[in-house]
Amino acid sequence: MKKAFLLLADGTLFEGTACGYEGKSIGEVVFNTGMAGYQEVLTDPSYYGQIVTMTYPLIGNYGINFEDYESHKSWVSGFIMREMCQYPSNWRCKNTLDDYLKSQKVVGLQGIDTRRLTRILRNSGVMNGIIYTEGYEPTEQDITEMKNYIVKDAVSTVTCEQPSICKAEGETKYHVALLDFGVKYNIERELQARGCEVTILPGNTNPDEIINGGYDGVMLTNGPGDPAENTQIIKNIKALVESNIPMFGICLGHQLMALAIGAKTKKMRFGHRGVNHPVKDLQIDRTYITSQNHGYAVVAESVNPEIATVRYVNLNDGSVEGLDYINHPVFTVQFHPEVCPGPQDTSFLFDRFLSNIENGGNK
Amino acid sequence: MPLRSDIKKVMVLGSGPIVIGQAAEFDYAGTQACRALREEGLEVVLVNSNPATIMTDKAMADKVYIEPMTIEAVKEIIKKERPDSLLPNLGGQTGLNLAMELCEEGFLDEMGVKLLGANPTTIAKAEDRQMFKDTMEKIGEPVIASKVVHTVEDAVSFTEEIGLPVIIRPAYTLGGTGGGIAYTWEELREIAASGILHSRVDEILVEKCITGWKEVEYEVMRDGKGNAITICNMENVDPVGVHTGDSVVVAPSQTLCDKEYQMLRTSALNIITELGIEGGCNVQFALHPTSFEYAVIEVNPRVSRSSALASKATGYPIAKVTAKIAVGYGLDEIMNAVTGKTYACFEPTIDYIVAKFPRWPFDKFVYADNSLGTQMKATGEVMAIAPSFEQAMMKSVRGAEIKLDSLVMPRLQKLSDDEIKAKVAKTNDERLFVICEAFRRDIMTIEEVFEITKIDTWFLHGFMNIVNMEKELAACETLTEDIYLRAKKLGFLDKTIEQMSGKQIGSLKRLPVYKTVDTCAAEFDAETPYYYSTFDDETEVKQSDGRKKVLVLGSGPIRIGQGIEFDYCSVHSVWALKELGCETVIINNNPETVSTDFDTADRLYFEPLTPEDVEGVINAEKPDAAIVQFGGQTAINLAQHVEKLGVPILGTPAWSIDAAEDREKFDVILEKCGIPRPKGDTVMTEDEAVEVADRLGYPVLVRPSYVLGGQGMEIAFSEDDVREFMKVITRNKVENPVLVDKYMMGREIEVDAICDGDDILIPGIMEHFERAGVHSGDSISIYPSINIEQKHKDTIIKYTESLAKNLAVLGLVNIQFVLYNDEIYVIEVNPRSSRTVPYISKVTGVPMVDLATRCMFGEKLKDMGYGTGLYPESDYYAVKVPVFSFQKLRDLDTQLGPEMKSTGEVLGVSKSFKEALYKGLVGAGYKMQKKTGAVVLSVRPADKQEAVSIASRFEALGYELYATSGTANTFNRHMVATNMVYNASEPDKHPNILDMIQDGVVDYVVSTSAKGRHPERASVKIRRAAVEHSIPCLTAIDTANALLSCLESGMKIENCEMIDINTIR
Repeated sequence: MKKAFLLLADGTLFEGTACGYEGKSIGEVVFNTGMAGYQEVLTDPSYYGQIVTMTYPLIGNYGINFEDYESHKSWVSGFIMREMCQYPSNWRCKNTLDDYLKSQKVVGLQGIDTRRLTRILRNSGVMNGIIYTEGYEPTEQDITEMKNYIVKDAVSTVTCEQPSICKAEGETKYHVALLDFGVKYNIERELQARGCEVTILPGNTNPDEIINGGYDGVMLTNGPGDPAENTQIIKNIKALVESNIPMFGICLGHQLMALAIGAKTKKMRFGHRGVNHPVKDLQIDRTYITSQNHGYAVVAESVNPEIATVRYVNLNDGSVEGLDYINHPVFTVQFHPEVCPGPQDTSFLFDRFLSNIENGGNK
Repeated sequence: MPLRSDIKKVMVLGSGPIVIGQAAEFDYAGTQACRALREEGLEVVLVNSNPATIMTDKAMADKVYIEPMTIEAVKEIIKKERPDSLLPNLGGQTGLNLAMELCEEGFLDEMGVKLLGANPTTIAKAEDRQMFKDTMEKIGEPVIASKVVHTVEDAVSFTEEIGLPVIIRPAYTLGGTGGGIAYTWEELREIAASGILHSRVDEILVEKCITGWKEVEYEVMRDGKGNAITICNMENVDPVGVHTGDSVVVAPSQTLCDKEYQMLRTSALNIITELGIEGGCNVQFALHPTSFEYAVIEVNPRVSRSSALASKATGYPIAKVTAKIAVGYGLDEIMNAVTGKTYACFEPTIDYIVAKFPRWPFDKFVYADNSLGTQMKATGEVMAIAPSFEQAMMKSVRGAEIKLDSLVMPRLQKLSDDEIKAKVAKTNDERLFVICEAFRRDIMTIEEVFEITKIDTWFLHGFMNIVNMEKELAACETLTEDIYLRAKKLGFLDKTIEQMSGKQIGSLKRLPVYKTVDTCAAEFDAETPYYYSTFDDETEVKQSDGRKKVLVLGSGPIRIGQGIEFDYCSVHSVWALKELGCETVIINNNPETVSTDFDTADRLYFEPLTPEDVEGVINAEKPDAAIVQFGGQTAINLAQHVEKLGVPILGTPAWSIDAAEDREKFDVILEKCGIPRPKGDTVMTEDEAVEVADRLGYPVLVRPSYVLGGQGMEIAFSEDDVREFMKVITRNKVENPVLVDKYMMGREIEVDAICDGDDILIPGIMEHFERAGVHSGDSISIYPSINIEQKHKDTIIKYTESLAKNLAVLGLVNIQFVLYNDEIYVIEVNPRSSRTVPYISKVTGVPMVDLATRCMFGEKLKDMGYGTGLYPESDYYAVKVPVFSFQKLRDLDTQLGPEMKSTGEVLGVSKSFKEALYKGLVGAGYKMQKKTGAVVLSVRPADKQEAVSIASRFEALGYELYATSGTANTFNRHMVATNMVYNASEPDKHPNILDMIQDGVVDYVVSTSAKGRHPERASVKIRRAAVEHSIPCLTAIDTANALLSCLESGMKIENCEMIDINTIR
């Protein structure tokens, strides 16, 4: 078996065995604490530019199937596991994880102490790294590049090039414009299931096109990278807000909306990536378990209380998890109500979006 | 929501005696809950008949009632204490059923007692089969095609609709008592009849059999605000068809993708929400292996065995949080004590795999039916934590203390390939090992085994990996570091690696490092040092703080003979050590216990109790000393090893433990002390045993040495008996000699004492109600003794003192004596804690473990305030009555003998002996009301004379007597009118004793026999029939006497004083 390695920016070297694609790849090393859902993680565009390590030790147990992709390809820059399953078992399994990683050219590393890696990331914060297979040892230049790496042009890389349309399930009740910043399929599926015809638009689509496009509402999706780098999109969203069209933002969509009204975002130490994050709805004093994947957050103090109310907060660290906009039919959440992977407890937010469309105002 | 202001005084119901299906997990849950409530400043009134528990300790509740867990007793206590609320969901099915009955009767309303954590509608919706089905249908949750019936005929006609096979599940029972899978019409009739009988409401569910589906459980939690979370899910390695308590279980699920995981999670939360449960709850699902179809099997609206497992598997304290929710808190207001910085309102995520392995009693009960089905048979379980499935399996198997270090079961090696293949289809305690044997011989593929067993191939690949490593080791030319490390990561012990490879490990040897169980996969820094071993580079063991560090070895899984008592002792020792300023480290692998709670010891190692695993911990912690005398035989067996590793044993030295077990060394000591014992000798073979028995004269006692609970011990009346017993004992490899002793049928006396090296303190002398021959754990035991003359007490004190000193006892010692022909003989000395320590501590008020621990630190008894010699006898009598789980174990003879059979015990406490005995018997489940008024007797010749008096006393009470021919003749000759019935050996002749029992027209059965054990014997059939029809069956004349004296007294619980044990000392 070939060896593979992870070299972190601080010089720490992990040695394990190679899996997936052979080669080398630079990225931001992050950890995900979900115990299942690796197929969704691999295909979630929000992981663009990141080398993902799973904290659960046994990955690949149920293989890869054809239904649980969250986009058409894998976006991660590398994938790290403690033990990759060679003999998956599940009735829908069509492929092994190993073969999938190979097909997606994702460099894999297994057999390392993933808990030790997680503890390093927890203590020092997200760190850059380079993952490489034996025979692809990094050069001095690679290491310099790795140390200076930042996830750039993330949205423009993952967004669609051309608009496309997803038909509603059953009768079409509404037309929703979806601004694709790196959309997960399940956002589309949730809307379709509720009778929406969804037009998927490139992330930088001109707002007038949307305002005049006959849409009932706008969906701002999740996506990768530093939200603040998307200056044009932020301006576009500002225009959309002023048009008073009902909008629902998730994750990056939530951050971009906040930036559009003048709030600030900041990079978190190691982010939230997992399916067990408690989020409290301050309005009704209820806490939900949510799926999360973000490395940036909206700064609470930067939100003008006359424009938006912090409705959802993270129970563990108090960070902003959702905003209700006061004068516009707009609400956004940092977590992922569309899940995949993760708990389905907050899927009612899609109903709320539809209710805003149907009734106007912010229900 | 903060603490409710209308709650000031809470009654907590425990789960009563340990039985199969309801074990120490409820002591763990109850203890955690009591502490959580008292933390809130609430007054706690505890009711539990089980004296071996930590929850019945003085410090756990303000008022502690060790009284029968019956509706009458609880009512009396409520009347006396007037609590404002009742917490019913921590005491297992026993606590829940009692609360339901009290509520249904309107008694709680009448007394103004609020039911916390659940309401009767909720409980009924979860527990009543039809209401449950209706509720599930209402919220669109699928259930299996089923029907509730009350008669066998209805069961048959419904089965005609849905087809065989069907599962029969009795309503309101624990561990599925009386249920089973029926594949034929005959089985259907039989199981349905038994199920109806065992149900509290004569009700069974007939259900479409979905054997072979995946079985997945979710532990969920909900608060009064409606916040609902999952603590963890678990997947059974054995598919649907084997009770989850008898299944190998892993956490989290391994073969479910996120969609399946979330589908079932959402369903579980919908269910807990619809039921309105506030607190912990367990939902069991069957998941179709090749579709998204699923069905809800069962909901337990309370904490359970699974929730204890989930707590230990994740670090999330389910019982504590349940208690906090019950008194008003929201999940978002309760801190996560493990991280100290997050809240209880989150879902634990783990970065290891947990395996649970059941501990079955078939090593002791060799004739009991060892097949596994819907009725639970395991007495306990172990849990193992590891980064891989293989390592977790290997750890759990060696931790189960079933004489296996790996998945190789030596006795299967003798079988032919065909026999092995045939055995794969047999669902029993050996199956996993049979599968591995089939893989080892290459006679079956993974697919073939899957076809037969429906065990998911993912798990089978795991077993295959282990077998492949065995082969690789056997084939390796040299043992390389690569092979060695891979074997270690698959969970192989060094000694197994050496044995399989035939090579020395030498300098390759690696000791494990330790990782933390932190509820959050390292996302947050954990406060609690709760560790498990891995073979990695980084260890997380925290620096010590400089206090003297003491290692306490726990007692492993609960089994017959080594129960919860030893956990009680281990925990108390940890507490005493903390008081003494020591840092405490505990090693144990039993998820059901208080000792493995994250905040009992300063450091917890969840590891098997084997020499190598203990060595790893010692290397990591470098303790200053170790204590072994509280962890039962498990810990004792490790004493010499720990000492060899350079860790001094506190208290009684290892040589003394050995001397007490070793016949020759012990004889020398006895001779020196001038103490007589029954004559005997040690043997290694069957022929030697017969020779010794002939020399001593029959009857003789045959038993293996170095075991607990009289394992394998039998009274032999003939050469045939000796040969039969020796065959059983030598079924597994004999490492230690077998003892053959002259059997003396006298009065048995037991003493637990503390010795500080100079003085002894005997808190109490206990007398056994049954004559010698019935194992002390199975005897009714009385404190203070009632039939022992002062001169004998003096002798006992003298002998105890002399033995303790000559064995260099420092700490606890347990001695059993027999009073025979006016002389005291020593039967057995155990220089360690014993089964009776918790109960004697409680009734005398002498904190025995605490004192014993202090003695080990050089303190002297005369300075401790409890005096020396025999402690003044209490004004109260305490009668310990054993409780059995015979209903769960088919074909097991219920006749009491020298081998222990009970799983638990209850205590009756009163100022009068008779009342204490009465309470004890009632608490143990003896029914005292005359129903049919018929008693059936069948006794062995030796008992016939004494049985006459038993019979005449029953007659005097107005009972109609029935007896088999010999017994009936004797009675009639003695003018006790008795009806003759045919024996079970003549099933075609009527009236037959079996018919009477099966027809349920009998109140009591008295059955003794010279020969037993084998299920084909007539007397065994009689006793089994009685058990299966829930008719009290008395197998010793003395026990029958005890029962009669209670019946004659006409006592009622309503007239007994309910005693708060905290006030009697």
